Amino acid sequence: MLATALVSGLSLGSIYGLIALGFTLTYAVSGTVNFAQGSSVMLGAVVCHALVVGMHWPIAAAVPAALLVCAIWGLVVERIAVRPFVARGTNSWLMATVALGIVLDNVVMTLFGKEPRALPSALADDPWVVGNVGIFPLQVLIPAVGLGLALLVHLGMHRTELGLKLRAAVENPDAARLMSIDVTLLIALTYAVAALLAGIGGILIAPLYNVAYDMGTLFGIKAFAVAILGGLTNPWGVVIAGLAYGLVEACATTWLGSSSTQIVTFTAVIAALALAPSGLFGGRARVRV
Amino acid sequence: MSKNLTRRQALALPAGIALGSLVGHPARAADPVKIGLVAALSGQSAKSGEGITRGLTIAIDEINAKGGVLGGRMLELVRRDDESNPAKGQTAARELIDKEGAAILFGGIDSPVSLAIVPVVNAAQVPFMGVWAAATNITRNNANPNYVFRVSAVDVLVDRALIKHAMTAFGTKTPGLMLVNNGWGESNLAGLTAAAEAAGIKLAGAEKFEDKDVDMTPQLQRLREAGADTVILVGNAAPGAQVVKTLQKSAWTVPVVSHWGISGGRFPELAGSWAGKVHFVQTYSFFGPQNEVGKRVLAALMAKYPDIKGPGDVTPPVGVANAYDAMQLTALALAKAGSTEGPKLREGLLGIESYQGLIKNYTKPFTDANHDALNENDYVMVRYNGDQIEPITG
Repeated sequence: MLATALVSGLSLGSIYGLIALGFTLTYAVSGTVNFAQGSSVMLGAVVCHALVVGMHWPIAAAVPAALLVCAIWGLVVERIAVRPFVARGTNSWLMATVALGIVLDNVVMTLFGKEPRALPSALADDPWVVGNVGIFPLQVLIPAVGLGLALLVHLGMHRTELGLKLRAAVENPDAARLMSIDVTLLIALTYAVAALLAGIGGILIAPLYNVAYDMGTLFGIKAFAVAILGGLTNPWGVVIAGLAYGLVEACATTWLGSSSTQIVTFTAVIAALALAPSGLFGGRARVRV
Repeated sequence: MSKNLTRRQALALPAGIALGSLVGHPARAADPVKIGLVAALSGQSAKSGEGITRGLTIAIDEINAKGGVLGGRMLELVRRDDESNPAKGQTAARELIDKEGAAILFGGIDSPVSLAIVPVVNAAQVPFMGVWAAATNITRNNANPNYVFRVSAVDVLVDRALIKHAMTAFGTKTPGLMLVNNGWGESNLAGLTAAAEAAGIKLAGAEKFEDKDVDMTPQLQRLREAGADTVILVGNAAPGAQVVKTLQKSAWTVPVVSHWGISGGRFPELAGSWAGKVHFVQTYSFFGPQNEVGKRVLAALMAKYPDIKGPGDVTPPVGVANAYDAMQLTALALAKAGSTEGPKLREGLLGIESYQGLIKNYTKPFTDANHDALNENDYVMVRYNGDQIEPITG
């Protein structure tokens, strides 16, 4: 039973981590987050479904196209729901991103319909079985992609010129501007990457779950919990917190039943934050005197 | 004459219009008799609402073609989407009664929605006709007088049929239950526990799942380790599909016998290649030899709906068949009542003597003690073959 819970928890947990990585990126660079991140999960899955099932595109073409749509959506969120409010020095982007996500969910509901649909995949049809434990190849691919993307984000931030600029923008935005770094563009870019990561999560989970206009809501909430738990500014912390969250969730369902799942997991989140207010892997805010 | 209104006239005019609309007018021969439907027309169970709509529409077309009811009044279907949400269903029921003046309400697939509507119709004294939701206490609700009737399965009887089929088809000795975590699941937990006890077998366990659960592995693993030799499933299409996908992932080739909730949505699409392994219950199959009513209804369905090219395309058959028979019985009751008033229509339903329907030949379908027109002898076990629902033979 433990092996089954581990497999199930790691697979879901890496999706949470992947979505939460988007929160980390935008928060690190701009001090803001996209609360419509769950809608980006849904958008990736729905666009991929529309292209593969509706228009019979090959999956290899549909995935990049769906991710491009997600990236554009990220840019739109930043431009409409974040930038104007940050410029005015208010925190209204909190509500604006939530509202924009609701608008997208409802537009998709109108265009795509309210019925859940399936996104078939050869990677989720023929399981590998060892003893009583079975696993679809896709469930192995999901953590691999999650960890691979976390590594890519890490390398991108620390080994590329763009990453250097991003870190400069994080450290001191005014100084970065003086060095001719376009901080506004960099922030927009991180929003695009964040939405793209969420889109990847949506496309990966869709064959195991269903595609529906409201599929992102719960994923978005859980991913935000994971981001806070991991320490908003630490990409690796967030990925590890995602895996931990997935495992706690699977174990709670295994031993206590699914009606206890949310009670146990969110209580665990509150307890963890009470013990480590900056998140399990978040650094303490430094105050310079 | 001055065209300007005095202040008094200006106030009196809209007040008069409002008062006039409140007073209303007696029903004229030309006024249609409104038939309300509160069902899931969208969401994961949208196909159930579509099936019910089709069954009602075919029956209404037939009745109207013969001159309608109550001396030439046409029947008119007025639909509301409850989105599988009890609160929305209750609001829709009130609106259909108070604003539309529906003579009778028909219900949809979701037992929690129907259970929420029961007190509303009993208080308003407007008959409610269940044509899908099977929770035992929908009709057995302790109200007196009880305005709730049903042409559909009853959980307590379906549960006996499911256990009996599992034992006959698969030699089941220790079934494990997978139940949706709501009132419908609770109704079946009681029914299946009693049915297993009556059949002299022991349950391996009972697990609950939420409609939005992404992974059913933990629950199924617990049943597997408890020695379940069959899974009895009670849930709608989307979570039911998750159960089957999880079984496939675990390569657990255990037989699955299901209540009919899975037929209310896109189960074959969502469940994938293992969808056909599930045996489930319906009240009617359009396959095989049909009585005269069956031939007529199938022909009408094929003529009206281009996507229906044969018996397998009537999905879900239970929604179509139950709704068709229930509407015909309602027309007989209206004729007997001679009125659309709730208490008289209720008496009309209780007064029906016999009717040769699609599902069966009904004799005294409703009595004071029994508001369920169907029983365990009216069930048929089926499975999916692709998108089509076929009876299980042999």
